[in-house]
Amino acid sequence: MVYAYLCYKSAFSEEGWSRMSSTLSRLRQRRDALPDATLAGTDAVLSVSNVQLGYWTPEGFSLAVEDVSFEVRPRERIIVIGPSGCGKSTLLKAIAGFIAPAGGSIDVAGRRTLSPGPDRAVVFQEFDQLFPWRTVLDNVAYPLRVNRRSRSEAASAARGFLELAGLAHAADRYPHQLSGGMKQRVAIARALALEPAILLMDEPFGSLDALTRARLQGELNGILDRTHTTLLFVTHSIDEALVLGDRVVVLGNAPSTVQELVDVREVGAPDSPAYADMRRRLRRLLAHEGEEVDEDAVFV
Amino acid sequence: MQSSSSPALPASLSQPVRRPRVVGWGRLPAWLRFSLLLAGLIGIWQAYVTIKSPDQLLFASPRDVGEAFVNGWRDGALASATWTTVKVLAVGIGIGAGIAVVLTVFATLTKLGDDLLTLLTSILNPLPGVAVLPLALLWFGLNTNALLFVIANATIWPIAINITTGFRTVNPTIVSVGRNIGLSTRRLVTDVLVPAALPHTISGLKTAWAFGWRTIIAAELVFGLSGADGGLGFFINNAKLYLQIPQVFAGLVTIAALGVVFETLFGVIERRTVVRWGMKTVPTTK
Repeated sequence: MVYAYLCYKSAFSEEGWSRMSSTLSRLRQRRDALPDATLAGTDAVLSVSNVQLGYWTPEGFSLAVEDVSFEVRPRERIIVIGPSGCGKSTLLKAIAGFIAPAGGSIDVAGRRTLSPGPDRAVVFQEFDQLFPWRTVLDNVAYPLRVNRRSRSEAASAARGFLELAGLAHAADRYPHQLSGGMKQRVAIARALALEPAILLMDEPFGSLDALTRARLQGELNGILDRTHTTLLFVTHSIDEALVLGDRVVVLGNAPSTVQELVDVREVGAPDSPAYADMRRRLRRLLAHEGEEVDEDAVFV
Repeated sequence: MQSSSSPALPASLSQPVRRPRVVGWGRLPAWLRFSLLLAGLIGIWQAYVTIKSPDQLLFASPRDVGEAFVNGWRDGALASATWTTVKVLAVGIGIGAGIAVVLTVFATLTKLGDDLLTLLTSILNPLPGVAVLPLALLWFGLNTNALLFVIANATIWPIAINITTGFRTVNPTIVSVGRNIGLSTRRLVTDVLVPAALPHTISGLKTAWAFGWRTIIAAELVFGLSGADGGLGFFINNAKLYLQIPQVFAGLVTIAALGVVFETLFGVIERRTVVRWGMKTVPTTK
């Protein structure tokens, strides 16, 4: 652990973090250069099989997710995308262990998930997911102490991950003194510090302005390149899916099933023709039946 | 930064901001402003006594009151009255808070407890604390227990209702985070729910203190002695019986001063916790 922390530290000081995360396309090339062996031929980190999810209403049981199956391999970045109300957030909550599936099974690293746990650290959309009574450093260190790490060990690991998120200077502040983007960075650092088997993110950038959002997407890519964390990311934004993802799970309307599993590793930079083609294809998949698709419409 | 660099500014915007006055009331430190105001009010009081010279059996001068205050604290009469009152109040609020916590736990865990607390609070909270004093005297007799009963009744409801609201309004995302990082149920309560409900808890205790303070002084005035020595209410009533008007005023000054001390104490606690954490905003004093 100490060695890993030193690696983070030295890697960070070598090149400025903001410079690191500046160009998306460069990052994507780096990731595409990863040997394919790291993606294939290993056991799945997460396997979702025939999962059925729903909730009780006064009228009875209402099905949100009818039948969803997919696997996530180590280091892979999976994006779950779908129209609003399709149950993609519900699916993430089920993987996190907050709700039990009505049918099917969810296994993380070969173990059935029954309750929430730090092996599936979650970053939520809400800015107020930090403990307001703890400093930034303590927000990251406290979960480590909960998981049986000594006080000093937790603090030094927390410092390392805050540095990785570009927040070393804000370690002693309280959350209410941070901007929305900084709060989400702290939440990401907190989740990564737990060294989860899979990092779960539920539209973490959904409440940010477009500029901050783009910057955080770039930074997240850079951070994951270093930590090699496996990611499951829920969003309704096609561009976010293309910028962050290796594969995209496209869900249909509720009660949803997997419409398609798309490999988006090769789409390249947002200005490339392959990116535009893929974008159009995903738009068509997400459109309601019979709905006209405005191919050139831009939405984030 | 001359106007040449920003040519198109409208006149209203380009006007210089009015400079703050160098000397003036608002620029003095707060403690000095309030000390000066207090001195002014005492001056008016003294002037009234000097000019109108009211009946000394009805009204005391600040000088006499000051003397009675200092003497009262020096010979121990005021000190022991204050101690008696504060002690009974502390025990009473302690009992009230204890019962309130039990009710809150019950209300948080079960729907029945929730309904019971809602019903009891809506019936008993509007009841002024001293209203139950006659019954308390009948049940417990002329002793401290009657006072404790009255104070506990006055403080249970504001505390219980505030803590319950505090628990109920804890941000669900924070609770989810707590479960996600692997907290046990016990630590979820102590490390997440309790601090998250702290702003409500403190305001419940503040209300309880204010209710209890008014109740105990009123009860002591009516009821007088508890055990060997009386409290501040008894001190005032006793002084009135012997027409020692400066002592009556000195008792009132003590009550007011203690009130300021406790309010300040709560202010300090809030500033070090919920205000510092951004969980409660306070209006800044100019």
